Amino acid sequence: MSIDISQFQEIFIEESYESLDVMEAGLLTLDVGEPDSEVINNIFRAAHSIKGGAGTFGFEEIAAFTHVQESLLEAVRSKSRGVSAELIDTLLQCVDCVRSMLEANRTDAEIDADRVLALTSQLERYQSQDSESNEVVPEATADERQEQPLDDQTGGWKVVFKPYPDILATGNDPYRVIRELKRLGECQVEVSTENLPDLEELDPEKLYLSWTVELDGSCEESEIREIFEWLEDDCDLEIQRLVDPVEGEQVSDDFSVPAKVPVVEVGKKPVDNVFQRDVEDIGIASVESSSIRVDTEKIEHLINLVGELVITQSAISQYSANLTEHVHLQAGLQQLASNVHELQEQSMRIRMLPIDFVFQRLPRLIRDLSNTLKKEVQFVLKGKETEVDKTVLEKISDPLVHIVRNALDHGIESPQERIEQGKSEKAALEISAKHEGGNIVISISDDGRGLDLPSILTKAQERGIVEEGDVLTDSQIEELIFYPGFSTAREVSDVSGRGVGLDVVKQNIKSLGGDVSVTSSLGEGTEFRIKLPLTMAILDGQLVQVGGEVFVLPMMNIEKSVQVRDSDVNVLPNGQMVYRFDDEYVPILDLDQFFSDSLSPARRPEGILVLIDTGKLAAILVDDVLSQQQVVIRSLEANFRRIETLAGATILGDGAVALILDANELVQVAHNLQGINNEPLRKVS
Amino acid sequence: MVSFTLQRAGYQVVEACDGAEALELAQTSDGVNLVVTDINMPNMDGISLISELRKLDSYRFTPILTLTTEGSSEKKLAGRKAGATGWIVKPFDPESLLATIRKVL
Repeated sequence: MSIDISQFQEIFIEESYESLDVMEAGLLTLDVGEPDSEVINNIFRAAHSIKGGAGTFGFEEIAAFTHVQESLLEAVRSKSRGVSAELIDTLLQCVDCVRSMLEANRTDAEIDADRVLALTSQLERYQSQDSESNEVVPEATADERQEQPLDDQTGGWKVVFKPYPDILATGNDPYRVIRELKRLGECQVEVSTENLPDLEELDPEKLYLSWTVELDGSCEESEIREIFEWLEDDCDLEIQRLVDPVEGEQVSDDFSVPAKVPVVEVGKKPVDNVFQRDVEDIGIASVESSSIRVDTEKIEHLINLVGELVITQSAISQYSANLTEHVHLQAGLQQLASNVHELQEQSMRIRMLPIDFVFQRLPRLIRDLSNTLKKEVQFVLKGKETEVDKTVLEKISDPLVHIVRNALDHGIESPQERIEQGKSEKAALEISAKHEGGNIVISISDDGRGLDLPSILTKAQERGIVEEGDVLTDSQIEELIFYPGFSTAREVSDVSGRGVGLDVVKQNIKSLGGDVSVTSSLGEGTEFRIKLPLTMAILDGQLVQVGGEVFVLPMMNIEKSVQVRDSDVNVLPNGQMVYRFDDEYVPILDLDQFFSDSLSPARRPEGILVLIDTGKLAAILVDDVLSQQQVVIRSLEANFRRIETLAGATILGDGAVALILDANELVQVAHNLQGINNEPLRKVS
Repeated sequence: MVSFTLQRAGYQVVEACDGAEALELAQTSDGVNLVVTDINMPNMDGISLISELRKLDSYRFTPILTLTTEGSSEKKLAGRKAGATGWIVKPFDPESLLATIRKVL
């Protein structure tokens, strides 16, 4: 019988990554002075399980490497050696190394053997530092038995088996033992009842019998020993070769040394015990509840189906809207709508994961960075359990990391500088996530030096981003740091790079339908706020009518809608229109004209102006503003191709297809048409 | 995955995620005929689980096997001292696992 284990290999790899995360998390929280034994246990178990699985699946290098780590951890665990900061660092490096080994396996690349070797020697050096090694007895020395030369296959074995009375209490049954012996060859079994007491004294739970078994010689002694392997301490055992009538040799072995267990071949079976270890605590709130792994494809499929269901249900409701006399039908449809709505909400939630998945990268990052930069940082992560859609989660990781790096690199001062400022030596960094409205807001705030506004303004003027003589509000200056190529860092540091960071960060966040902003106070600190929609698959949309078609505008970006009044609209020399909003002139984009690509001169503005704010303002001219609804975003790219100014498409309740407009791109177009190259500075929402 | 092999071979398997849960499950309905346990577990480790099981009437003579890694003889002995029937060494292949299981059932 052979069992296909390749499916388990994937699971092993995934679980190993998780175990590595556990190791890392544990190592980071380990207090050198007073290491928490529970934490050490967790780390040990994680390493242990990686090793076990690696061995099973033939990942020899990983198994060997992890084994060394495990031995060291075992020594720590049994308190025969202590924990030092260097040790923790080395182990963290080992974690990284194993990650790269797994990665190498995945991409079929070479494992960096030198790195492994270097770390292994370092680990071994730590080990040899112990005065008393508490190492688990290595396999090699365990076997001291002398093996019988097997030249004479004739003759047999005489096995005298005298179990101790309590042997039954361990679940062992001599009957089974003898059964196993019988599997080795022909047996003659003799039982001895010499120790059997009288009935009154007989304890039914004890064993008073012993056996002598004569086994014909077609097996090896080691095979016999194996059968008794578990029972060594609970019985007297004698194994003798039966005297060959010709040869007079008789040797009896001392069984007191544990027999070596034949090592089962590697590469066959995954390890886990029947009672599975519980999901390691990675600090994720959902750990207590049980979970199963599901292919993301299945979830996608499911969510699509639910989306279709919503549309169908909505269509049916609409068609039946006028069948008011059918009371039961209406009631049923009502119920159906409610159920479907709930189904949709729940299925969207399936893809929601706690933001901790992203947060968990941070402790390590912050630790490494603060070491490199020689800064002291005390950080706090809040709101780890805040849930976000998986698609958003994946994309928010890099921007978040970049902002944190930025904070550490530029925002936070050196301990020296902080003391001079009268601040505490350790800087405070707080990263928090929470739900606000239909969004998730992530805030990264530090008590560092804050933004140097005058310096930023100067830089912007140098770059021509800002005209000399322009008056900017503080928040407008703060926004400048998100401009491309902007960095006031005196030396470009290795860590956060050449100032290409923040603008890319902003772009990435915008592409998620979100936004990022910054506020700061000189000498006191800086706060970055990232706002993201809870899910990228569903949009709160404002339906608008343009030239006979229905389009969808994202509600998130809509500032307000106004009826067009001539008095508010100015026509520029180039024919473009602008709308007067507060003290500014906002470019108007006539959607009908834009989409129909007509060359006719600007028409008299009629209809509704929808004011869009994506950091810049534009007014979109539409014929009419219709209802608001949640729409499921369907990708145009996947089904057709990418079209500029469109963010996707959706199917409305009546079955009609509506195109979803991309607010950012619309605003950009509006500005381009106006011939505005520089970005007018706006207060960010 | 141990359960997978066992189930494929026709055994009914009940899983627990740690010693504490195992102890609970062992006492439900008809109980089990064989217990296979890891040593390193949170909440209640294998050794404790074995001692606890042996205190129960219905489990005094039930075969209990521990999963250990090669070479950790102290673990094996500790298991036996606590009352385990024997052990299975990791990593193992399905055939060996089943052979061992057959030995105790």
